[in-house]
Amino acid sequence: MSLLSVDRLTVSFGGLRALDEFSFSLSEGDFVGLIGPNGSGKTTFFNALTGIYKPQFGSVSVDGNDVTKASPQAMYEVGVTRTFQRLRLVPSLSVFDNLIVGSQRGLNTNLWWNIFKRAGLRKKVDEELSRCSDLLSQFNPRLVGTLLSPVSTLSMIDRRRIEVCRALISQPRILLLDEPSAGMTHEETRMLMEDLLTWKERSPSLAIVLIEHEMGVIDRVTNRCVVLNYGKKIAEGEYQIVSQDPLVKTAYLGEE
Amino acid sequence: MANFVKGHFLITILATIAGLFVYFFLHLERSWEIVLVVGLAVLTMVVSRRKNLIARAQETCLQKPKFSISVFFVAAVAIIFALRSEHFALLMLTTVLLYITVCFGLTAQFGFVGLVNFAGIAFFGIGAYTTAVLYQYAAIPDFLIILASGLVAAVIGSILILPILRTKGHYAALITIAFGVLFRTFLEVNDTLGGPQGLKVDGISVFGLSFNENINLGLLGTGSSYVTYSILALVLCLVTFVFVRRMENSWVGLNMDMVRHDEIAAASFGIHPPSWKILAFTLGNFFAGLAGSIYASMSGFIAPASFNFADSLVLVSIVLLGGLGNVFSVIPAAFLVVVLPEKLQLIQEYRLLIFGIVVILILRFKPSGIMPRGARRYYPSLGVKK
Repeated sequence: MSLLSVDRLTVSFGGLRALDEFSFSLSEGDFVGLIGPNGSGKTTFFNALTGIYKPQFGSVSVDGNDVTKASPQAMYEVGVTRTFQRLRLVPSLSVFDNLIVGSQRGLNTNLWWNIFKRAGLRKKVDEELSRCSDLLSQFNPRLVGTLLSPVSTLSMIDRRRIEVCRALISQPRILLLDEPSAGMTHEETRMLMEDLLTWKERSPSLAIVLIEHEMGVIDRVTNRCVVLNYGKKIAEGEYQIVSQDPLVKTAYLGEE
Repeated sequence: MANFVKGHFLITILATIAGLFVYFFLHLERSWEIVLVVGLAVLTMVVSRRKNLIARAQETCLQKPKFSISVFFVAAVAIIFALRSEHFALLMLTTVLLYITVCFGLTAQFGFVGLVNFAGIAFFGIGAYTTAVLYQYAAIPDFLIILASGLVAAVIGSILILPILRTKGHYAALITIAFGVLFRTFLEVNDTLGGPQGLKVDGISVFGLSFNENINLGLLGTGSSYVTYSILALVLCLVTFVFVRRMENSWVGLNMDMVRHDEIAAASFGIHPPSWKILAFTLGNFFAGLAGSIYASMSGFIAPASFNFADSLVLVSIVLLGGLGNVFSVIPAAFLVVVLPEKLQLIQEYRLLIFGIVVILILRFKPSGIMPRGARRYYPSLGVKK
């Protein structure tokens, strides 16, 4: 049984079918690239998968359990987390605050406990602080020192790293990365991908779906890729093979 | 050890200075004296900001929260005793303390989850009217009446939250404005609740001590009846302060901040925005109801005219002026906004006009307020270098 299976998923906005009968499956440990021209439905797919958009048709299941109409919160509970194309960190909050949100499942948010059990809270904060430092140091040791500074003091690439870490700290089973290289230089993208691959080696069962426009990156890090155009899947397979597909070439370069 | 003592010493000095300013601010009556006190306070602020003293003082207080709170509490009680025979000054002090309590609630609503509530005074009024009605028709202990007033405000608020949750941004604000206006009109046409004439409210009495009579303070002589009310208001204010601060410095505060900044990101990480909005809104209205109850007992009489939409605006402007989300900032802002116009007869007529201008200036030039919010501190020594 596959970890994630998506069957003929359809999302439309008025008359526009942003995602058109899209089928897809993911097993543990997969690293899949999701490519396609702008507006081809890649982010829509992520939004539908994480419960932000409700699909009109089709189904999604994780471990065989149907989660088609699940809320974003429920998708988080089953272990699907994501990053966003436009960063969705809170710049005025500290790196720790931003990261720890990913750990929501493990936090006691009972009002009574938070107000009156301060010793327990303190112990938990210390535990989470060291968990965050561990994660940051595995990812990039330089970031550990910034744990209590506001995110607004960090550079773009570090913010991207923090967003990826926020998704990772929830110990996801499926990680959705929405164009993590947006707004970064080639060199920065390469560094971020290296960080990711290092992480992937340590937790081999994590499945990752990566939306990316730089084909070099897709070629290097993914073991399979899916091409979308006008909301439809037009090709799937290893990058080297898919990239030779005439349909894919047309979609990217236009008709000859 | 030396550092330890130094910290405590510094906090005591701070509380003394703040206490003296507040005392003179409330005690003095001539306009030029008030201008002098406020001028001096502003000057002190500016000079200490230059020397970075404010940040250091704040840091010291944050590291020793229990000690700071006790010292400031003692300072406040000292002010109350020093003003023991001045009815008007104590009345103002109590009103400010009650307004501060409401503003702590508004901070949770507006500053934490981002729900702007333009019906603050309506919830204050609901608390006041509940108290008046309960005194008339029910024989229950006074402290239960105060509690019940808070609860009624919270319950009515939790009905109002339903349409608010279905709207976004400005529309949610419009709903609260509508409610605030509706509340006053409802009171005016409702004869059971006294109509425009309002209702008489009995004073609180505990163990035979009536809060509305002058009290015997032993060696200090006779004190105004407002002494007891101001101490009651002070205790309420303090409890609310500790509650809201603790809430801010916890996972609850973190989740509320996430809801305010980015509901989509929050939802993607398992946070359920409506629950936090409901919690903050209900708590804030509960505090407003409690404050309203004490206000009603203290005034002895309430009427719809005391709960104008303009007063809600004043409450919101206190929160904005201080620094949205900063719980401390409400305190100086409330003193300025509530007491200053009473003291300076000259500007009283133009009160709302001046607020309007000040709020616009603050939003334009210092949108984070006079005391911007600091980082979350889950416990006092977090991030302190050993």
